[in-house]
Amino acid sequence: MIATSSKRVFLVCALVFLLLLGLSLVLPKWLIFLATIALANGLVSLGIVLMMRSGVVPFGQGLVFAAGGYTAALLFNRLGITDALALSLMGGIAAFLIALPFASLLARYRGIFFAMLTLALSMVLYGILMKTNALGGSDGFNVTRPTLFGFRPEAAQSTFLLWGVTAGISCLMAGLARIYCDSTRGLLSLAVRENELRVEYLGMSVVNIVAWNYLLAAFLGGLGGALSVLALGHIDPNFSYWTTSGEFVFVAILAGYQSVIAVFVGSLLLELVRSFSSAYFPNTWQLALGIFLLLVIRFLPDGLGSQMYRLLPKRPTKD
Amino acid sequence: MNTEKQVLLSAQNLNRNFGAVVAAADVSIDIAKGERLCLIGSNGAGKTTFVNMITGYLKPTSGRIVLADEDITALAPRQITRRGVARSFQIPQLCMHLSVLDNMLASLHCSRGERSFFRSGREPEAVEECHNLLGRFDLAKHASRPVMELPGGVRKLLDIAMALIGQPKLLMLDEPTSGVSAEEKFMTMDTVMNAIDRGAQSQPVTVVFVEHDMDIVERYASRVIAFYSGRVIADGSSSEVLADTEVQRYVTGSVRSTEKAAA
Repeated sequence: MIATSSKRVFLVCALVFLLLLGLSLVLPKWLIFLATIALANGLVSLGIVLMMRSGVVPFGQGLVFAAGGYTAALLFNRLGITDALALSLMGGIAAFLIALPFASLLARYRGIFFAMLTLALSMVLYGILMKTNALGGSDGFNVTRPTLFGFRPEAAQSTFLLWGVTAGISCLMAGLARIYCDSTRGLLSLAVRENELRVEYLGMSVVNIVAWNYLLAAFLGGLGGALSVLALGHIDPNFSYWTTSGEFVFVAILAGYQSVIAVFVGSLLLELVRSFSSAYFPNTWQLALGIFLLLVIRFLPDGLGSQMYRLLPKRPTKD
Repeated sequence: MNTEKQVLLSAQNLNRNFGAVVAAADVSIDIAKGERLCLIGSNGAGKTTFVNMITGYLKPTSGRIVLADEDITALAPRQITRRGVARSFQIPQLCMHLSVLDNMLASLHCSRGERSFFRSGREPEAVEECHNLLGRFDLAKHASRPVMELPGGVRKLLDIAMALIGQPKLLMLDEPTSGVSAEEKFMTMDTVMNAIDRGAQSQPVTVVFVEHDMDIVERYASRVIAFYSGRVIADGSSSEVLADTEVQRYVTGSVRSTEKAAA
């Protein structure tokens, strides 16, 4: 049985999904493409936010982003699986499975040690991808247009099809993430972030909480990687490079850990800043990005989500 | 010690060293069910080390700890908690940015091993149960406030309430009145002991508490154990232990005994 609050979350997600589909009728194609990339990357950052809720920040989500992306691209080119939904799902599962052996080890580390270990893993994958010619080496390889339930779109329709799939998956994952954040495990994640010694003394395994958050983040990262590859039509080892991981962390910090929607808003903001900055001052756009992040840290230390959270009606409490 | 009572926990020949410092030297203590045992001793005497060994934070260098016929010496803190031993801390260990209610809810879910991915963490039944316990500690009025806004005495009570929500068999309170003003100490202890008694269902909760205030010791302890340099130097009723010359010399000081004699 689905709880009333969960039904409400899914209803909101369905409405947002319909709104996003409707927007594709009025928005220019370049903006739809940009928003598709923003949502796909937002899924990776959403995973980081789930981890931030238990007090750790991974600097190496490029690992799962690339794992999901390469899985989708290889299945597409080698096995002929072209369905966008199936490829996305398999990207997520592959990333989950790649993260699985490392989860319980990483969950024992905190702070910079956790961040650097995840970064190291992503850079190991980067090195392997660069040297593996069967996977395209440093050039990577291309992917053509995906299908959906057997429907093969024309080139002009492909952007809209992928937007629909990405928006649908993002809305579903945002809803599930909201339910997860409000669940018992979600509450325990916050308790771990605040005082893990106490959580252990209350009888709960902190490693279990952190490890599962890492695995969920991996699944989301893999989904995002697969959708990005399908949208871009190309994959290369830069998917696993540390600067790519850094951008996901940037969005997570920009969004904060309180709101799920803020992650996608943050991701869209990043893509817009990147697009316009690289168009108008191509050599110094990272400078604009850095200043933007500094301003957020200075004036919104808890991220955009803290402001959105404030606007929500407060839950009645029994005092 | 009264041997007719059923032993809940047995610490047998516990030793623990920190380099050259002896924190526990052949400590053997049986704790009976329903007892209100107070541990006294000067700073560094070994009281908190004893509590830390029982709750799994420190492992004894040698010796064993048996809880209800099960050897728990090598278990991790959370495994010991699941077997019914809960504790509070000298410095309250709370989730400072969460509300009082969320602290209690997290404690409740931990104690039940509840870690569902989908089930709400704030289901009405769980909230009701937390409110009931908060009411026993007179904390219900603070339920929606973040812990960081609360004064020290309230944090102490919350720390103990969080330990109690799992309905432990053995509750260990490390200096429950430290940091509480002298005039509020009795009130705090009354609140704690009443809350424990009102929550006891089929059998009373066994309580071990560390305390420095001898008035509190006399009033609330059914049995007192005095530590000095990691050793047990006295064990008995509060009147027996506080009258012990070694205890007067190393723990309570001669001034107090002189005052008593004059009274």
